[in-house]
Amino acid sequence: MPMIARTLDDALSAIADGCLLAVPRESTGVGMAATRALIRRGIKRLSLVALPTSSLQADLLIGAGCVETLETSAVSLGEFGLAPRFTAAVMAGTIRMKDATCPALHAAFQASEKGVPFMPLRGLIGSDVLDHRPDWVVMNNPFGNNDPIVLLPAIKPDVTLFHAPMADRAGNIWIGRQRELVTMAHASAKTVVTVEKIHEGNLLDDPQLAAGTLPGFYVESVAVVERGCWPLPLPEHYPWDGEHLKEYAKLAATEEGFASYLERYVYERAAA
Amino acid sequence: MNAPPPEAKKDFRDEELLASVIADLIGDARHVAVGNASPIPALASLLARERGKGTPYVSLLGSPKHTFFTDGGRELFDCAGQGRIDVFFLSGGEIDGEGNVNLVSIGEYEHPTARFPGSFGSSYLYYVVPKVILFRTEHSKRTLVPRVSFISAPGGSPDNVHRTGGPVGLITNRCFFSFDRQRKRFKLASIHPGHTLAEVIVNTGFEFDRPPDVPETRAPSPETLRLMRETVAPELAEVYPQFAARVFGIGKSA
Repeated sequence: MPMIARTLDDALSAIADGCLLAVPRESTGVGMAATRALIRRGIKRLSLVALPTSSLQADLLIGAGCVETLETSAVSLGEFGLAPRFTAAVMAGTIRMKDATCPALHAAFQASEKGVPFMPLRGLIGSDVLDHRPDWVVMNNPFGNNDPIVLLPAIKPDVTLFHAPMADRAGNIWIGRQRELVTMAHASAKTVVTVEKIHEGNLLDDPQLAAGTLPGFYVESVAVVERGCWPLPLPEHYPWDGEHLKEYAKLAATEEGFASYLERYVYERAAA
Repeated sequence: MNAPPPEAKKDFRDEELLASVIADLIGDARHVAVGNASPIPALASLLARERGKGTPYVSLLGSPKHTFFTDGGRELFDCAGQGRIDVFFLSGGEIDGEGNVNLVSIGEYEHPTARFPGSFGSSYLYYVVPKVILFRTEHSKRTLVPRVSFISAPGGSPDNVHRTGGPVGLITNRCFFSFDRQRKRFKLASIHPGHTLAEVIVNTGFEFDRPPDVPETRAPSPETLRLMRETVAPELAEVYPQFAARVFGIGKSA
């Protein structure tokens, strides 16, 4: 049975230093309260995989020195500009970057979900994305004739972390139409979820809710954190906090500014 | 040579001209997809849908209201792989004369002098979407270069590489280039009102073909402008509130 944790930190205990941690894109449900808790704990040497892109979450973790390797297709703050700590870290060479393309990440998670070692994908041949990925292989389509195709090894995260609208006491998670969260959970050894609230009753008993539910079978632990995506949006629940993201973009432009952001919004000390 | 006559006063905005050109390029499509941070292509796609009375389907990524996808982020790419997306849009930190697009970095990959967000879906969609329209509103030698530093997605591929898609043209704030896939080269197709050939040549870092007389880009018709301003802009405001406020003065805060 999944643990309905008493505290956020208890729920996050499955996320260890050095693990392969998978996180979703910002329009899907990013566990930002959980991310701040991991930084407060001082998590280190993460191999972070953002499916398929990231914004504030990757930038914060990188700026706080928690990330050793990042695999994703893009990191930016969208209309608030470039992700400053990501950009600085890549330019300084302080993280190892595995540049990907969105469908390659989706496919590699699907391989893991199916328990097969790799997935083929069109495109990529002739790109420098492929050239910088020694772990990706080009082979001839065995069913074709002189038809090269790229094979991507399965991505098997130790833990997937995301935020969702609700869970029930059996650890079933309602994810609605954010289906890639299901793929991520299937692909990962463990899944840790924060939710807005607990649903009384079993989500799988109602066919309309069941269709959008990740079964607790795949879930390691759950914690209730209201507005757990803030300042990012929870789709169909609350939007971006644009003012906050503007403030972040401004502060994170320098290391000193970023440090004051951490003090104020992550460590929640009275500084800045 | 032919500088615009001083009395030629435009009654449309630059964004409206670009969207009108893109909407014409979309042509007879069933499904147009628009990536993140692409307000002008989104405007053009919604305009095409409005003109077509509901056709094509338009998927604006990142907008639950303007996508029909129910199978997660992969559905777009699975759709594209099957040929179910006819038109897509790509921009780039750099674009070169062979249609190669760079969304990653400038300089050596391990020690870049500038870093962009990343390739997003370009390294795949450029190959499998029949009509990819390149757009880059900053037309300069910094963005339109002889050779990109990093190929996120190549403009063309060898014959034995599966490729059902690729670039059809490049639209900038100054002109429209069509792309010849056989010759892997751009051709100057039209120059926007108020801009000149000399200006295009000076600001383009790659070589391109051009006919002896380059036509002026066709201005949007009054009907197109009316549709954009009255019908499409309010829809766009739900996805791109800041753009809609700036260009169309639609007073809706984010």
